[in-house]
Amino acid sequence: MTDVRDALMVGRSSDGKLVRRPLSPHLQVYRWPVSMALSISHRVTGVGLGIGTLLLTWWLVAAATSDAAFAAVQGFLASWLGVLLLLLWAAALIFHLFTGIRHLVWDAGYGFDDHVYRITGWGVVAVTAAVILIVWIIGLVVW
Amino acid sequence: MPHPAEHVQIDILRSQLGQVRGLGAARAGAGHWWSQRLTALALVPLTLWFICAAIRLEGASRANIAGWLHAPVPLVLMLCLIAATFRHLELGLRVVIEDYVHQNPARLTLLLGQRVICILLALFCFAATLELGL
Repeated sequence: MTDVRDALMVGRSSDGKLVRRPLSPHLQVYRWPVSMALSISHRVTGVGLGIGTLLLTWWLVAAATSDAAFAAVQGFLASWLGVLLLLLWAAALIFHLFTGIRHLVWDAGYGFDDHVYRITGWGVVAVTAAVILIVWIIGLVVW
Repeated sequence: MPHPAEHVQIDILRSQLGQVRGLGAARAGAGHWWSQRLTALALVPLTLWFICAAIRLEGASRANIAGWLHAPVPLVLMLCLIAATFRHLELGLRVVIEDYVHQNPARLTLLLGQRVICILLALFCFAATLELGL
């Protein structure tokens, strides 16, 4: 034991013997069930939405500042990069919303049975895909 | 003689080490957890409302946005959205950084930096929204 942090990786088994704790999750070993993919995607979209708040802030501050500043942000949002970012932002927001609702249901104590787990996982995928498509279509038609 | 694979040698007093390194419960976990869930719950309707509002505001002028925020309901909902979004973001980013960044200068810098940025962005959004709506 050379690294002092190894001391934190020691625990006691139920019969009181000292054991090394296993390190988890073993991403290279596990088969990827839907819940695992959704869980990491929830984090990734969360961070992405955080970066997206920069765009929201820019838009609001520009609108409150001057016509020139607002024209700049509107010009960027109308460019292909701006439209792409808006579409991705909407998709990430809708995905994070529905996986988040699934997390809230777990926090309330429901949905932990094995089959329910899989059904709600694929259900979230289906609902998310449908709502993303609807919002994209409405957004592009209105635009 | 224990089997080599099962034998674990402990040459560090764990509790004292943990104390010195400031490890263990920070006594703030439940507050963090609860705050994350409450903001999540608030953001469910607020997000749905904001998606609809964002679609309606496509191609809007500054005057359109100011007119929209001039009514009390959109103004208050927008302020709620900003507060809940940046609080939720700050709590979430903190967990992600704590989970994945272990080396200390980078860890502390990111933890403090993300918090400062979240607070500043929230204040910018509040100021701009009030400027437009009032």
